[in-house]
Amino acid sequence: MPRTDTILYLDGVSVAFDGFKAINNLSLVLDKGEMRAIIGPNGAGKTTMMDIITGKTKPDTGEVFFNGSIDLTQHDEADIATMGIGRKFQKPTVFESHTVEDNLLLALKGQRGIFPTLFHRKSSEEKARIGEILATIRLEDRRQDFAENLSHGQKQWLEIGMLLAQDPKLLLVDEPVAGMTDAETAETARLLREIARTHSVVVVEHDMHFVRELDVKVTCLHEGSVLSEGSLDFVSSDERVVEVYLGR
Amino acid sequence: MITQRLLNALGGKILWVAAILLAIAILVPASNLLLPVGHPLRVPNYMVALLGKYLTYAMLALALDLVWGYVGILSLGHGAFFALGGYAMGMYLMRQIGDRGVYANPDLPDFMVFLNWQELPWYWWGFDQAWFAMLMVMLVPGLLAFVFGWFAFRSRVTGVYLSIITQAMTYALMLSFFRNDMGFGGNNGLTDFKDILGYPIQATGTRATLFAITALALAVSLLICSAITRSKLGKVMVAVRDAESRTRFIGYRPEYVKLFAFVVSAVIAGIAGALYVPQVGIINPGEFAPANSIEVVVWTAIGGRGTLFGPIIGAVLVNYAKSWFTAAYPELWLFALGGLFVAVTLFLPRGIVGAIGQLRQYWRSRSARDEGGAPPETPETEQVAAEKTVRARSTAVSPVLGAAKPQPAE
Repeated sequence: MPRTDTILYLDGVSVAFDGFKAINNLSLVLDKGEMRAIIGPNGAGKTTMMDIITGKTKPDTGEVFFNGSIDLTQHDEADIATMGIGRKFQKPTVFESHTVEDNLLLALKGQRGIFPTLFHRKSSEEKARIGEILATIRLEDRRQDFAENLSHGQKQWLEIGMLLAQDPKLLLVDEPVAGMTDAETAETARLLREIARTHSVVVVEHDMHFVRELDVKVTCLHEGSVLSEGSLDFVSSDERVVEVYLGR
Repeated sequence: MITQRLLNALGGKILWVAAILLAIAILVPASNLLLPVGHPLRVPNYMVALLGKYLTYAMLALALDLVWGYVGILSLGHGAFFALGGYAMGMYLMRQIGDRGVYANPDLPDFMVFLNWQELPWYWWGFDQAWFAMLMVMLVPGLLAFVFGWFAFRSRVTGVYLSIITQAMTYALMLSFFRNDMGFGGNNGLTDFKDILGYPIQATGTRATLFAITALALAVSLLICSAITRSKLGKVMVAVRDAESRTRFIGYRPEYVKLFAFVVSAVIAGIAGALYVPQVGIINPGEFAPANSIEVVVWTAIGGRGTLFGPIIGAVLVNYAKSWFTAAYPELWLFALGGLFVAVTLFLPRGIVGAIGQLRQYWRSRSARDEGGAPPETPETEQVAAEKTVRARSTAVSPVLGAAKPQPAE
């Protein structure tokens, strides 16, 4: 596949921490507009892969390209974030002592320099955009509440909302339904499918029900490289996957 | 509409504090100068100097609060910026002495004559000009903060490690300023000042004016800090304090946010130091002592971190207590200060200002309950009520304090 049509292109990526190969010759290609679910047992390298894509970790070898042409290994976190890759962490991290609205305002796409931020005045477009996002993540009535007072599920949604506010081309979502109730999980799946209509998304998740609800192509990682790739039914019937991951 | 916007940008409470400072700036010098000696309402001369000194300390505590309370940088070396501003002012005052020194040398300050120096070192050039000295008062601390912060923040040094290197910075400066060949008067520092801008520095009128300028400078610094913390950048500062890596992943550069706050804070501290020196009449390397910087942290914590006006209250109260204690029970002061710090940390984690906010909220909710009639009984509503109090507590304190909840110093 030509690299130019991809949103994310990883080829032969390896990284080792103190001799331990967290990522081992990993190759992964994501088309523009695609949503992909990534599964794999603990320690398979899912979070390290996200760290590499967002610039937190530099790979030892291999190529990482965004949008076909941007070499991500040459940029740092802030650069990569402004270029259009948004990331949601495993543990929900929102700004607890800010209101829900301010959390979104800070994430909203715009200039990130010191002085533009210092003299920033909230425009009516920004207000409207925040309102839209609040409607999407169903937190309209919590607008003025402090983020620390949200429930766990609501914090997860707020963080997804912050991703939307950044208006990235690619969203990396790490375990969005960990610790959620069934109803919240279903709601999150709906939310992500809606987002996937206009964005490329990578979702890392353990919850098989949730992955089934997403109904997208699945990549199974094991010991830092791709073990199997295809539809969920194909992957979950793969003997090697059953052995390392589903094998009970 | 413009006043409304100003109110929003600066914060209602802060405007009140600034107005009070403005009133002090007028009333204290007026009472000192206009009322006859012995009048019960007259502020005595020594009191003007003492209050002026407290206000410069308050300014230093305010500067620390901007970086500690809002960005989470616990600087244990803020006294260094204060002292550098003080030295810049001291150098100007030394040059103002001219040939009225003990050695009556028109070109060199006394201590240089004493050391047998033949000519003025290059770094003293220009300090006979007031404008140049004023510029240096801001530039030297600002530049040091910029260079220090550039390396420290870009290397992602945070928490305790950063606190330790700020402490090392002020200690290193203290040791070097103690050396005679540094050319800043060594152990004795700079003193025996005569004039400032041509006015005799000991005169009552000059002292009253210096006091008024100090109160004004404090009010202006308070307004500037308030405008910064209430801007979007202020929100980013708090975000960096609470979840630094998260801000990175939404595209901000925490190192520059920290650098900005650190430099602004250092400049304010430098100006405070420059106002301190003519009022106490001396600057020596003791001002760089690490213990001084730690005391500033204590004032800030006692007053209420992340509130801007709390540290002002803390600095004035603690220093007033210090003046009283060191006169009445000199040997007990350090124990009292230590005890106060421990007590505040244990019982008033948000300082005096935070405690008052909580108390007010408590009374308000109590009177609301008394008026509200029967309390909710069913378990469900009880839970809702409990949830509301939790929320109310944090909403109550946070907006009162400018929406900044102090976090444990990492």
